[in-house]
Amino acid sequence: MHFDLNTIWFVLVGVLFAGYAMLDGFDLGIGALHLFTKKDEERRVMLNSIGPVWDGNEVWLVTGGGALFAAFPNVYATVFSGFYLALMLLLASLIFRAVAIEFRSKRPERWWRQMWDVSFCGGSVLSSLLIGTALGNIAWGVPIDARGEFAGTFFGLLTPYPLLVGITTVALFMMHGAIYGVMKTEGELHDKLRRWAMRCIIFFVICAVTLTMATLLFVPHMAARVRENPWLFTVALANMLAIANIPREFHHGNDGRAFLSSCAAIITLMALFALNIFPNMVYSLPNPENSLTIYNAASSTKTLGIMLVIACIGIPIVLAYTVSIYWIFRGKVKIDRMSY
Amino acid sequence: MDVLTLSRIQFGATIAFHYIYPPLSIGLGVLLVIMEAAWLKTKNPIYHQMARFWTKVFALTFAIGVATGIVMEFEFGTNWATYSRFVGDVFGSALAAEGIFAFFLESGFLAVLLFGWDKVGRKTHFFSTCMVCLGAHFSAVWIVVANSWMQTPAGYHIVGEGMHARAEITNFWELVFNPSSMERLFHTVCGAWCAGAFLVVSVSAWYLLKGKHIEFARKSLKFGLIVALVASVLQGATGHISAQGVAKNQPAKLAAFEGLYQTTSNAPLMVIGWVDEKNEKTVGLSIPYALSFLAHDNFHTPVIGLDQFKPEDRPPVSASFFFFHGMVGIGVALIGIAALGFLYFRKGTLHERRWLLWILVFSVLGPQLANQFGWFAAEVGRQPWLVYGLMRTPEGLSAVVKKEAVLTSLIMFTFIYFLLFAVFIYLLNDKIQHGPHEDDLIPSGKLALPEKK
Repeated sequence: MHFDLNTIWFVLVGVLFAGYAMLDGFDLGIGALHLFTKKDEERRVMLNSIGPVWDGNEVWLVTGGGALFAAFPNVYATVFSGFYLALMLLLASLIFRAVAIEFRSKRPERWWRQMWDVSFCGGSVLSSLLIGTALGNIAWGVPIDARGEFAGTFFGLLTPYPLLVGITTVALFMMHGAIYGVMKTEGELHDKLRRWAMRCIIFFVICAVTLTMATLLFVPHMAARVRENPWLFTVALANMLAIANIPREFHHGNDGRAFLSSCAAIITLMALFALNIFPNMVYSLPNPENSLTIYNAASSTKTLGIMLVIACIGIPIVLAYTVSIYWIFRGKVKIDRMSY
Repeated sequence: MDVLTLSRIQFGATIAFHYIYPPLSIGLGVLLVIMEAAWLKTKNPIYHQMARFWTKVFALTFAIGVATGIVMEFEFGTNWATYSRFVGDVFGSALAAEGIFAFFLESGFLAVLLFGWDKVGRKTHFFSTCMVCLGAHFSAVWIVVANSWMQTPAGYHIVGEGMHARAEITNFWELVFNPSSMERLFHTVCGAWCAGAFLVVSVSAWYLLKGKHIEFARKSLKFGLIVALVASVLQGATGHISAQGVAKNQPAKLAAFEGLYQTTSNAPLMVIGWVDEKNEKTVGLSIPYALSFLAHDNFHTPVIGLDQFKPEDRPPVSASFFFFHGMVGIGVALIGIAALGFLYFRKGTLHERRWLLWILVFSVLGPQLANQFGWFAAEVGRQPWLVYGLMRTPEGLSAVVKKEAVLTSLIMFTFIYFLLFAVFIYLLNDKIQHGPHEDDLIPSGKLALPEKK
């Protein structure tokens, strides 16, 4: 593997999507857990724990999509037109999730709040499920014809393995969101979230073990790189240790560190995914020769170079103020007049 | 209906709906900066109250803008995949830059703007407001640059042939400063300022009519009217420059705007009229020589008519004519309304002129309609091209998307967007009925003024 511009952009697009999973992941997780509490006050605290940051987090997806469009237009075009209905559903879920946060607490009526609570929860769960299922299809392989166009159908995307990845993603985000919630709340809700977090960890571990077995048995190409380069197994090991570390940190009362472990778990999972699909971006099944790779699907070297300059200027600035903003909103959530 | 028609309806409808909100964010962003600056300078708590109230309105428009904006980014790939392959190399850079420079800036600092009132100092808060406003403007820059490249492509060359042909970048700055990008950008931004300013004007005028929150309304109205007047006059000026650009770069579009079938010297300007497409004639009230003068700064220069273009290369004339004249008419009216409002406000007799206040209340619809008409004129006038001179609209469609799929998503968007719009209007009305919060007259937390000892 040598680091040409195409590889750098493969990594950068990966970083953007991993950043999205790590950041919006906990927003979606909070959303998925939202209906578990019946108390209005507790729902508001959960909502406001992500209030200031969720839409900045969603920008990682928007920018990831933009980067994919710019760096690998053929992947963007093939996947987005091929997964048409799935993506339209994703859009609908993201819209409902977003506006529910803004609308929910604007009116006091019960039916109003219940309606947007359901939208918030439903939108979050469906978004996670769809994102995971899409990723699962990329891992499994999708039918691509000789023109580089998608040759399957909507229902062809809903096969067991991709759905398993989808459910695992829901579990992962629920775990991540619960841990974030534990960190941001206090009192009764804090204890509740801690109990949910433990259950979510169990749910996630069951999914993850099943998924690992399924991958090794049925999707051998998704383990090929690690098989050829055994030292890469350290990434898988790091992933397992990160997950195992979460209950340990909880036990010691280090909620912040438990959350960092959860972030590490997401990043290592994305790294494993990226390592094994590289240099393909969309693996073609049953005709691997039609796969879209970081070379045949990429923009010109000139564009990749210009965009690298843009990214090098932009990303440090973005990281600097994103960190400052998280710092400003650190600590436990307090409801006030400006809250959702 | 076929995939092409359905996809065009869907894209047009989703962008038209989206385009209600970002201009409001851009325009309100400018007013928020002005209001907060006034508060920092004068320490008059009423400006703090204004900033807080309009921030809430801003948050509402911003949320829907974000939610509907992500649809736009996806639709290039879902419905116009072939177009995306063709332009990805040039168009993608602008979109990626928009994400990195505009959206992160806007959404990041929005957190501080909305929820940071009690958490950060006044200067930090003001800085955040400025950054949100700047981010909103950046987003306009990149998207207008990308759209202008579709109107007047530059800085590229075509690589490959037939199905595999695509545009590749040769010069980034030529792409960014393509012949129409800057004039269209200024015109778009002025339209956005109008949208924000007339909203503030409208709500304030309504409070004055109802005799509520008088002091708040007068102060808001003052800022609103100043921005509205400046923006609407600049809008006329940038519109003129932009139209001259169209005359030079896209003569077929200008001819369609004016319903000009025959190439004419001393060309007259249509003020109001209609296009008889069958007999290729445009009838109505016109000013002699004016079109030649406006387009080319000379009363006698010939203006190219549609006769210079093959029928398959002509844009839809009636629609272009209608949208363009609708936009210009409303734009001129807005200058008049803003000037009249400002005049009587300066005289101090505006509150006595209820008829004018009522006009101001409804003036909020003006910029919204004009912005929509303007975009429709720009995009319909570009037809039959998707990328001017390079790719026709039907050629850009996704190869694999079926009619049923687009119909499904179109029905879905129609349902969701009607719901969103109803809720938006309901909540906006709710906010306006509630009015500014009394507590906001006394800033709290870190924003509070140091107590005098």
